[in-house]
Amino acid sequence: MAFIEIDHLEKTFTSKSGDTEALKDISFSIDKGEIFGVIGLSGAGKSTLVRCINLLEKPSGGRVIIDGKDMLALSERELKIVRRDIGMIFQHFNLLMQRTVLDNVCFPMEIAGVKKKEARVKALTYLEQVGLAEKAAAYPAQLSGGQKQRVAIARVLASKPRILLCDEATSALDPQTTQSILQLLKQINEKYSITMVVITHEMRVVEQICDRVAVLEYGKIVESGRTKDVFESPKTEAARRLIYTRDYNDIMSGGSGI
Amino acid sequence: MTWDAETVKMLLEGIRDTLYMVLFSTLFGYVLGLPLGILLTVSDRDGIRPRPWLYRILDIVVNILRSVPFLILLILVIPLTRLLVGKSYGSTATIVPLTIAAAPFIARMVESSLKEVDKGVIEAAQSLGAGTRTIIFKVLIGEARTSLLVGVTISLGTILGYSAMAGVVGGGGLGDIAIRYGYYRYETGIMIVTVIVLVALVQILQAIGMMLAKVLDRRRV
Repeated sequence: MAFIEIDHLEKTFTSKSGDTEALKDISFSIDKGEIFGVIGLSGAGKSTLVRCINLLEKPSGGRVIIDGKDMLALSERELKIVRRDIGMIFQHFNLLMQRTVLDNVCFPMEIAGVKKKEARVKALTYLEQVGLAEKAAAYPAQLSGGQKQRVAIARVLASKPRILLCDEATSALDPQTTQSILQLLKQINEKYSITMVVITHEMRVVEQICDRVAVLEYGKIVESGRTKDVFESPKTEAARRLIYTRDYNDIMSGGSGI
Repeated sequence: MTWDAETVKMLLEGIRDTLYMVLFSTLFGYVLGLPLGILLTVSDRDGIRPRPWLYRILDIVVNILRSVPFLILLILVIPLTRLLVGKSYGSTATIVPLTIAAAPFIARMVESSLKEVDKGVIEAAQSLGAGTRTIIFKVLIGEARTSLLVGVTISLGTILGYSAMAGVVGGGGLGDIAIRYGYYRYETGIMIVTVIVLVALVQILQAIGMMLAKVLDRRRV
């Protein structure tokens, strides 16, 4: 059975100026240990979709089933506990700016009620894994974008998630840093067999780490399949456009696409 | 005008009484205003526990209290002051109206500080399974601490101003001296001196607050 199952998911935002259908009849499933990409242009509904998985955003219809559990049927308390299983990293890192790097990594363990001394020891090992142990005493403002994302990854690892949601996690980073963060994510996926959902507008990101990909356009999945297949023979205009954008960027930047 | 030991003693006592009123009123003001400010932040439409009706009520109450001129409030709360302190004049009695004037002002300062906290950081905490209490104390207050401290400094300054006004109704402290000696007895010298002392107090409080805020702020490299 699929590990994450999204079943006829709908999300409509209501405001004074009228309703906006952000997600329309979205269905897909993700297997355990898989890296699943969701790609689309900005405004396609990617961020809303990923927020519906850990219920930061409440779906208007459909079901979200994680490891056999219906997320929408959970109580507030149960949801808090399940959320510890679903980590999330963000485009703008969202670190606690008034805390040191080490205390940021300790934060999820504070929530889980781990003793402070024990948390600090563990936090250091997580920082070692992302290669930032020497920055433990620094504050986020003293770090580069790539380093901040590494801290965010160490922080999310500290909550020992089984699922990791990456919301445009590399979009604020330069191509080289993007590479190193993607490598780190891939390592983590292999080492801990964490299932990942990667939201991005960059085809390159999908190409590099995703096993399968879904193309989102105007709140609908227009195409999905194995990354290789979608790349080699895109069936829809939306997918083709995203692939060509990547090629165009490569030509403009003189890179080879790696 | 005579600058004898008596006058100096009176001024020193005035400073002591003023500081006593201001510090306790600010303290009690925060006891009421901090939770109120947190409630305003959390219950607002895009807060972490939206309760639009509660926000609406608190919002109106705070606005009403803030729009009553302090001198009027001072007189209006005399029965309450008598009930709590036993008399309606003197420094201790003045703490009652000062606290009532300070609390809604402080609530607004706290609200604006807490609303400055990046929504993304709150979202990150939620995604890690943080509950409302953790978000309030560790994320909102933790991240807004320098802004909150600046708020304390501004509150102290404002309450100091109010405390001087209380001199009109026998409130004690420097304002009382300025009015009794300076205004009623035409001893302009004493009035000027008390005003200078008040200015110096505001300057000192402001400088200390800002220094602490700067030292505690880690957002800058």
